[in-house]
Amino acid sequence: MGIAEQTVEVVDLSETPIRELNQRLHDAADGGPQNWRITHPNGLHAIGAGINAPLEIDIDGHVGYYCVGMNKEANVRIHGSAGVGLAENIMSGTVIVDGDTSQSAAATGRGGLLVVRGNAAARCGISMKGVNIVVEGNVGHLSAFMAQKGALVVCGDAGEALGDSIYETHIYVRGSVAELGADCIEKDFKEFHTAELTGLLAEAGVDADPGDFKRYGSARKLYNFNIDNADAY
Amino acid sequence: MCGIAGLFSKSSSFEERLGDHLSDMLIQMADRGPDSAGVAFYRNPAPTGSSKVTLFSPDEGYDWDLVAGELSGAFGGSNAPEIRASHAVIVVQTDADDAGRWVIDNHPELRVMSAGQAIEIYKEKGDPREFVERFGLRELSATHALGHTRMATESIVTTEHSHPFSTGLDLCLVHNGSLCNHNRLREELRREGITIQTDNDSEVAAAYLTWKMREGASLTEALESALDDLDGFFTFAVGTADGFAVLRDPIACKPAVMSESDDWVAMASEYRAIAVLPGAEDARVWEPDPGQVYIWEKEKV
Amino acid sequence: MTNEPTPGAGMRESALFDRNVIHEIQRKAREGIYDIRGFGAKRKVPHFDDLLLLGASVSRYPLEGYRERCNTAVTLGTRYAKNPIELEIPITIAGMSFGALSAQAKEALGRGATAVGTSTTTGDGGMTEEERGHSEKLVYQLLPSRYGMNPDDLRRADAIEVVIGQGAKPGGGGMLLGQKISDRVAEMRDLPKGIDQRSSCRHPDWTGPDDLEIKIGELREITDWRVPIYVKIAASRPYFDVALAVKSGADVVVLDGMEGGTAATQDVFIEHVGIPILSAIPEAVDSLKELGMHRKVQLVVSGGIRTGADVAKALALGADAVSIGVAAMIALGDNAPEYQEEYEKLGSGAGYYDDWHEGRDPAGISTQDEELGKRFNAELGGRRLANYLRAMVLETQTLARACGKSDVRNLEPEDLVALTIEAAAMARVPLAGTKWIPGLNGNTE
Repeated sequence: MGIAEQTVEVVDLSETPIRELNQRLHDAADGGPQNWRITHPNGLHAIGAGINAPLEIDIDGHVGYYCVGMNKEANVRIHGSAGVGLAENIMSGTVIVDGDTSQSAAATGRGGLLVVRGNAAARCGISMKGVNIVVEGNVGHLSAFMAQKGALVVCGDAGEALGDSIYETHIYVRGSVAELGADCIEKDFKEFHTAELTGLLAEAGVDADPGDFKRYGSARKLYNFNIDNADAY
Repeated sequence: MCGIAGLFSKSSSFEERLGDHLSDMLIQMADRGPDSAGVAFYRNPAPTGSSKVTLFSPDEGYDWDLVAGELSGAFGGSNAPEIRASHAVIVVQTDADDAGRWVIDNHPELRVMSAGQAIEIYKEKGDPREFVERFGLRELSATHALGHTRMATESIVTTEHSHPFSTGLDLCLVHNGSLCNHNRLREELRREGITIQTDNDSEVAAAYLTWKMREGASLTEALESALDDLDGFFTFAVGTADGFAVLRDPIACKPAVMSESDDWVAMASEYRAIAVLPGAEDARVWEPDPGQVYIWEKEKV
Repeated sequence: MTNEPTPGAGMRESALFDRNVIHEIQRKAREGIYDIRGFGAKRKVPHFDDLLLLGASVSRYPLEGYRERCNTAVTLGTRYAKNPIELEIPITIAGMSFGALSAQAKEALGRGATAVGTSTTTGDGGMTEEERGHSEKLVYQLLPSRYGMNPDDLRRADAIEVVIGQGAKPGGGGMLLGQKISDRVAEMRDLPKGIDQRSSCRHPDWTGPDDLEIKIGELREITDWRVPIYVKIAASRPYFDVALAVKSGADVVVLDGMEGGTAATQDVFIEHVGIPILSAIPEAVDSLKELGMHRKVQLVVSGGIRTGADVAKALALGADAVSIGVAAMIALGDNAPEYQEEYEKLGSGAGYYDDWHEGRDPAGISTQDEELGKRFNAELGGRRLANYLRAMVLETQTLARACGKSDVRNLEPEDLVALTIEAAAMARVPLAGTKWIPGLNGNTE
């Protein structure tokens, strides 16, 4: 890679309208700057939503809702905390948050990786459909609610109703679980799971021993309606 | 639905600019609350033996001096009204309950927005940006304040339906969310003797707290009971003489962000309302847990 | 159902516990679960049939058919989008999922709609290539489940419809039972094959109009503000809901009455929740007018639209366009008499068949079964739909011309009267032959 490819496009959101930034980020898919630094995000919403290219992006500060929503291919580092719906419906690429995120992080995400160095709030990975999520801190209640695919790794504690109504997502938690949700049970590790967890921790740059984690997943009792399970619906 | 904001000063220099900063916060919340705006400022405590009432008149040319004069006549002292747009704050030489009752009895055309030692509530329909200008909020100093911008869900947009709601002395509530059992609660609370003026669900929440505290509960206990008795989605911010409290319902679908610096403690529906505060970039930021009462109070001297 | 016993003398059926109710109570006693079915509300509620149009006479003059034009075109999404949707007719095809319907049926809807210059809408399963390929104008739904949601489909949609609710089940979520979760459906929805899909009824990343406003902002950013954003609501509290949809930034509001259909939900939901579209439209229009947004934020209404008369009356009440779901399926061939024998084998009959959730549809429309699906010829289906739509539009124009209108959207409430007191009160038009609108005025004005 030559020097030219290393230049960083700097955008100051206290001066540039968000519409302009997002248009330029979208246009970069057709050729344009590949490295970006975004300053003074000041809690603005939808920063970088809909990016469609393997851009490298650093955001200096706290972001609002839906930052890099529906991200495809970009690698994003947020040096701050994030609001609701960070990387919602992410398709691919990597998003790393230095601070905390608010609710519904990576909601309905279908691919890629989200790493939260701080805590994620409620509904982390809600309805996830293939994204992998690694949280170094805690996750709030209803995390992995109706989670369908992918993996959620929690190094800290998990709140109530973890994995409520879960389908096939794999959940790994090192700390305590306040309460398991409907149809979510503790499960044994098979080789596959150990390999998956080890791989995700490495990918996320987290120094933790897979042996310290417990695994949770679907009991699969709600897959077809049965009158005996009526309470769980 | 709505935007809410709360700001609590930790230093006297910040107190002087509190109105200016709360105004900036309110403007960041205008998008999610375009219909009306309101604030509760806690400032200029009335001397012992006196109290303050904030009154509203829809009549633009209302003769506030006349009312102030009548109050002086009834209770003593001679306090000029402090007029802000359609509202006036009058210091009265008696306790807040008597002052409020006197106004209701003698001037039914006026609305008592708040009563207490330190509280001043201003609220109006219309765009929050205009509200800030009309009421000259930027020049106000205060120890703490709450703000609210409203997107009306089921009750109408009027001044009376705006938040904050005050149903007790120095007490007020702002609410983001929607309650679904407020009609039955309103009936019960009215039977208990609490005055509720509108069909707004948020006013019922304020009345509920007033009732609980009248029956002996502390603010924390009253808020904890609210988790059982109020059905719906809410983030509440409650103002008291000494500070403010924040509570989210256990399902916690409505947002809340908290932040603390050396000079202030702040709360808002969205981080961008906190981003406008001085020192926000270095302040601690966190999200309050659902079902948990958070309280900040001035240290009692 | 098909065997009607002849009651002997002295046999009386209860109005409360009639044979259908008895059947249902005993089925519950056997199976322990609520009845799930497709179709819309089957019981009689005040509807457009209870309204009549006042044709021209001595004080008003009609337009000649054919020669004197009566415009039917409508543009949706003029508020914010760079590319609003231009429709040639004021009738669109409502959201119905691939999964609920076969791929062939979805293709037919696209072909038919395109032939007459209108749009179709995806459903709870996401966008299929067949539908995008065959629909010239395609509205892409954003539902609580987000099955199949992705930014590429968002960007190649002609409009986005944020679904808060549908008339059949205000407050309910999507439902698809195991027998319809085929390999292809399972893959599109990221679900295991053959399971009963559970539903979420709230969106995963926002609740409430204040946060919806931010979500709509995100959708606009992702699509560079090109396409209109619709907000679809079930008719429940339309006066408030429409105002909130406008305040949260909608370009178009889609309002679905309790008559609206579904592929699968609980019968109690269909029959007992939500209000008739007749009663919802005036509230919605009032709300828009108070905000100064009538005709600026367009209103599309649905729920039991069947003929050009329904269309004309809905427009007269203030809608900008209507949407059809059940009617479109019927036009494709659902419940046709030619399948009578097969319906009987399923325990039903032509004109009664509503077990769309079972996926055994002999017409090949509401099924995922490959063999059944093959029976349905998408090209023929497309032609049938196009014919039906054209005929409805001609009916609408006939009625509009009779009222003297050169544009179907010039129909207005004053062109209507009601046959019943309920309809008069709900639609806010006078009882025929009187000036009385119950709730608004006395009879002496």
